[in-house]
Amino acid sequence: MDKSVIVIGGGIAGIEVSNQLSDLGYKVVLIEKSDKIGGKLLEWDRLFPTFRKADEVVQRLTRKIKQLPVTIETLSEITSVVKENGLFSVVTNQNKNLNADALVVTTGFELFNARRKEEYGYGIYDNVITSADLETKFKTEKQLTNPLGKVPKRIAFVHCVGSRDEKVGNHYCSKVCCATGVKQAIELQEQLPNVEIYCFYMDLRMYGEGFEELYRKAQEKHNVQFIRGRVSEVSETIDHSIQLKAEDTLSGRPLKMSVDLLVLLAGIEPGKGSVSVKNMLNLGKMESGFLEPADVHFARNISSVKGVFMAGTCICPMSVNDTLENARSAAFEVHHFFQNQG
Amino acid sequence: MKDFGFTSIESRAIDYSQFDDRLLAHLVKEEPSFGLCLSCGGCTATCSAANLVDFNIRRLGLLIRRGEIENLSREIDKCMLCGKCSLVCPRGINLRHVVMLIKKSIVTLKEEPQLKEL
Repeated sequence: MDKSVIVIGGGIAGIEVSNQLSDLGYKVVLIEKSDKIGGKLLEWDRLFPTFRKADEVVQRLTRKIKQLPVTIETLSEITSVVKENGLFSVVTNQNKNLNADALVVTTGFELFNARRKEEYGYGIYDNVITSADLETKFKTEKQLTNPLGKVPKRIAFVHCVGSRDEKVGNHYCSKVCCATGVKQAIELQEQLPNVEIYCFYMDLRMYGEGFEELYRKAQEKHNVQFIRGRVSEVSETIDHSIQLKAEDTLSGRPLKMSVDLLVLLAGIEPGKGSVSVKNMLNLGKMESGFLEPADVHFARNISSVKGVFMAGTCICPMSVNDTLENARSAAFEVHHFFQNQG
Repeated sequence: MKDFGFTSIESRAIDYSQFDDRLLAHLVKEEPSFGLCLSCGGCTATCSAANLVDFNIRRLGLLIRRGEIENLSREIDKCMLCGKCSLVCPRGINLRHVVMLIKKSIVTLKEEPQLKEL
């Protein structure tokens, strides 16, 4: 078997696709723009709904790829791609010329820039942080404090920041933030047993295996309070606590609350890499900006260009588990493509 | 009918068979975004009037979508027309325009027969 594949993006989707294709006997080159593989998961502390360490997942994937004959090109970005007679010629910023019979796009996502929702005060008030900032705190701080060094007594989460929001141009649901918020609320209460935690949501989308149980656990064991209402704006008080306004829609009354820490559950947007690869290869995109599959039911890993496949969050927001499954299904599609070529 | 001395109490249930949809149809036609509400309450949270008086623009919109438009004119007069509700709405509903349309409709609908007390 002499077929070769270039995988673009060394996050967990890219690593898993590479591992599977290499296992099947194909020659695989994995291209990653940063200095190491693992992607966004390198910055995350623990995963929902199991509370497994993200590092454990990354290490297991990287341990395997290092045992396989996969070529990993770090600090590399694609500057051009040409398709001729069914063969792809790729040039990188390191001036490497690479050829392949198929491409797999695994360029992932970017977190929504919460500064764009100015009314939530991120980057303006010290005690407003994002879910990603909180993961960094979990990873690095022994005693959790707010950015002004105080142990928080009351914390609120804002769901749907940059998701389901016409005002920032994102109509879609980012899918994973609800479960992330509930997971983080539980972790905070475990670290700070007397803390009060409130989650402000529009709808709680506990779609996955074990998610509803996580929600129930948050109520039953961790006294997390869920308030159905979207936070309209926040301001800072003289003692640097954050005052928020929402409607408690289930009681039908406006509500004010002061918190020591406000966590914004930032949504998911198409990765910067996805945009440049899409333009170079002239791939189709959906209204949401994510890459368009050839068929949403039968060919989700196949792009609009023959020989170009895709996996993971370049297609749509996905959990870690769904991303890994999706990567394996992409590898199977590539295998099938080569088999049919004879 | 013979008077047995009982008072009959009107049902509290929303009666869809009695749904008077004239106002709703008019509002959705003139301002289609009105149909997109997901009841997040952002409008009520930011509402200038709601901080001072008992006024809930989200609930009012919901009641109109259920055909419950009794006492509407008294309620809608509490709106200060500041437009902050339109600024925060995640579905981009032009709620200020909806309020203006309701105010105009009340004048014309009041002249039509068989309508609940607006």
